[in-house]
Amino acid sequence: MDRREFIKLAGTLAGGAVVGPALLNGCSTAPPPPGSGEVKTTPTICDICFWKCAALVHTEDGRPWKVTGHPEDLHSGGRLCTRGTGGLGAYLDRDRLKRPLLRVDKGGKQRFEPVSWDEALGFIAQRMQAIAEKHGPDRMALFSHGASGAHFRHLLRAYGCESFAEASFAQCRGPREVAFYLTFGETLGGQDRTDMAHSRCIVLLGYHLGENLHNAQVQTFAQAMRNGATIITVDPRFSVAASKSTHWLAIKPGTDLALLLTWINVIISEGLYDKSYVQQHTQGFEQLAAHVRTHTPEWAYLETGIDPNRIYTTAREMAKAAPATLVHPGRHVSWYGDDTQRERAIAILNALLGSWGCKGGFYNPETVALPKYPLPPYPKPASTWEAAHAGRYPMAYTGVTNALIEHSIGPDAHYRAWIVSGTNLPLSVPGIGKSLQQAADSLDLIVAVDIIPSEVTGYADVILPECTYLERYDDLRNAPERRPSLALRMPAFEPKYDSKPGWWICRELGLRLGLKKYFPWKDYTEVLDWQLKQVGSSLQEMQRLGVKNFPRQTPLYLVEGQGIEYPTLSGKIELYSTELKELGFDPLPRYTAPVRAPAGHLRLIYGRAPAHTFGRTSNNPMLFELMPENILWVHPLVAAEQGLKSGDYVRLKNQDGVTSLPIRVRVTERIRPDSVFMAHGFGHTSRNLRLTYGVGANDASLLTHIKTDPIMGATGMRSNFVTLGKMEA
Amino acid sequence: MTRYVMVIDTLTCIGCGDCVIACKTENKVPAGLNRDWVVEETQGRYPNLSTEFRSERCNHCAHATCVTACPTGASHYWRDSNIVLVDPNLCTGCKACIAGCPYNARLIMHPQGYIDKCTFCVHRVERGLDPACVSTCPTHCMYFGVLDEPNSIVSRLLRTRKYKTLMPETGNDPNVYYLV
Repeated sequence: MDRREFIKLAGTLAGGAVVGPALLNGCSTAPPPPGSGEVKTTPTICDICFWKCAALVHTEDGRPWKVTGHPEDLHSGGRLCTRGTGGLGAYLDRDRLKRPLLRVDKGGKQRFEPVSWDEALGFIAQRMQAIAEKHGPDRMALFSHGASGAHFRHLLRAYGCESFAEASFAQCRGPREVAFYLTFGETLGGQDRTDMAHSRCIVLLGYHLGENLHNAQVQTFAQAMRNGATIITVDPRFSVAASKSTHWLAIKPGTDLALLLTWINVIISEGLYDKSYVQQHTQGFEQLAAHVRTHTPEWAYLETGIDPNRIYTTAREMAKAAPATLVHPGRHVSWYGDDTQRERAIAILNALLGSWGCKGGFYNPETVALPKYPLPPYPKPASTWEAAHAGRYPMAYTGVTNALIEHSIGPDAHYRAWIVSGTNLPLSVPGIGKSLQQAADSLDLIVAVDIIPSEVTGYADVILPECTYLERYDDLRNAPERRPSLALRMPAFEPKYDSKPGWWICRELGLRLGLKKYFPWKDYTEVLDWQLKQVGSSLQEMQRLGVKNFPRQTPLYLVEGQGIEYPTLSGKIELYSTELKELGFDPLPRYTAPVRAPAGHLRLIYGRAPAHTFGRTSNNPMLFELMPENILWVHPLVAAEQGLKSGDYVRLKNQDGVTSLPIRVRVTERIRPDSVFMAHGFGHTSRNLRLTYGVGANDASLLTHIKTDPIMGATGMRSNFVTLGKMEA
Repeated sequence: MTRYVMVIDTLTCIGCGDCVIACKTENKVPAGLNRDWVVEETQGRYPNLSTEFRSERCNHCAHATCVTACPTGASHYWRDSNIVLVDPNLCTGCKACIAGCPYNARLIMHPQGYIDKCTFCVHRVERGLDPACVSTCPTHCMYFGVLDEPNSIVSRLLRTRKYKTLMPETGNDPNVYYLV
């Protein structure tokens, strides 16, 4: 018998329920049709996630109406995703930070008091001066995520500091960037350079595209589906992408590298690889062939649980569609502590299929040659983020969040102060509950810059309310794309409350720190206008256009027969990594079996939901309504054994005894019986986030078993296990 | 009669809910209410599964029971078409239309005291635009057009693809089609 699970996903609050006053007489007047008033549009760049879609903000009779994709924009194709469409919610959120707050001690009790900007900034500048004098300006760290980070990096570089970390590196994309850099000499970059619209075969490993809503990724993936591309999804969960796939390989968690090495072996041993591409562009083929020889589908079956015939079939299908086969590097890939090596196997597989630089694989992105605003050179900092790595993670090209936090603990800690901009450390960095408190106890200064009172603001000495992307200018968007393109973010509204743009905060701090020569302008529009005039445009033109696309200067794809020197050590695509060899790491990816679950435990898998960008949006009233809480996916066998049904609430307890807030159970066939799944970004403990406070569970708090990637410091977060404790009604 | 239809490709729909938010902002739908929603339907047993996502709304039926059931004439057809609208000036909030709708009470009470529902974004259709949900869908899985025009995208899709409607047995003649 088939089981049918029927769920109303979105719009759960309506559900045909009759709410509101039922008036007896028809006494209402018809509202005017939307858009019949005076409509104005202002260009912006969405900041609800980090894909940076260009958009238009519509107001009607001066009131906020809607945000839509910019029709000329390649990032969005004129269509925003769920979160971007709900972007106004960030502006309208009544829980936003409203004025600067300073931690004060009143009769032995600490609390935040509203202060003027002058007082807040004066306090910060004074502390920063003192730190610079006593320890040196390099002893500060910046955690940032999003457009404002650029302003703070500029301020700190001018001050003499270069210890920067973003969760988007060690907790997210870092391993794939490093792996592709090692293999092809180039990173993938924020916009992925995948050519899915032309792919004839797409392979997704644990990449739940569709639940992950990076805009152009989803659009081109849908285009591939319409084109009839073969889609192969490897996931312990029947993800949305899996439900769209030709082949769903319900892999045993943690064994992806075994499957990848086996695919490589089949493709080599059956002679299915692109021989001329491999010969012309790569080095290390012989070593690779020897290395993977023992990885047969029959061997892989024991590791991965995937039927050997399906491994053969999928490998052959990949080869058949090559070079228009994209083995997708994924986005959030810090899973098991050997993530760079797994991503290396993905890069190698793409190289064997000849898809790097080819139509349907990876295109060559281009940016506009946009000059930087002329400023004096920065002082050379006495130390950088590398100090925190202490010789570890040689391939990291930016700070590893956890390492910087570690080096902020204790009386002799390297770091004396933090600026935390739009990065909610307790929800985004795994298992740092205790170390965050220890760092807060040790540091001389923590400045939190945010839009909402996220948990991290509770650790700050000073909280600075930044205005939302809809109320400010930021740097021009000049992201690598199919066509070079510039986009402008400009304010659609005046900043609400007493919030301020990041550029203003940094300039004011800069002036107070005696760094005026780095802030010679009064308003950021001067910087933007100067830059735009260097490329034949102007701020005035961009305020009108929003997006300006430029002609390409180089070919989009590899030109047949044209020799290329790749920016790797050998000048070739490195199947065998000479760089890793020199650093003492495996030059070819080596599989190690994953950590087994302790008895009675389920593997905790987490991921994204299309309605939210992690905890950044869980209090956005529009998106909250669409998805108010995260839900725990539990297989029916597990549910039966534990007496759970859909709608019950459970607390999760991990292998180290950490317990979560209650989370609602969804009994579903869409998850393996050895795992549970939840969306990331819930379980807020900040009472000032009134909508989302105490709702759902925070996966990051349960991730106390971290396997760190020795190559670049990524925190492997998929080696945590939980038991379920039912909440009595 | 001009027959406006919406065609939704369930093979590419990812159930992201963008259509829901787009409708809410475009039409200024009050907090807590929706004119459209997404349904997920999973069949089978692990690992032999299929999941269908469907964006649902008023079906703008050619034989709409809500129009027949309405005692005041508030529920009516827009011009000479199948687009079902509610005139707030005539609606008394009696809910006869809710009872009459076979699609399981999919109309909602506006706080102003009248029944509110999907209008196929008639204010946009009048200006030659697609409804807000169709024009925002990031997978391009939604299409809108006139069925009487043989070359419209919707006519071509319904000629060439397998499709279904919801509860056709009611005789309501619904106009939201799902490609399967």
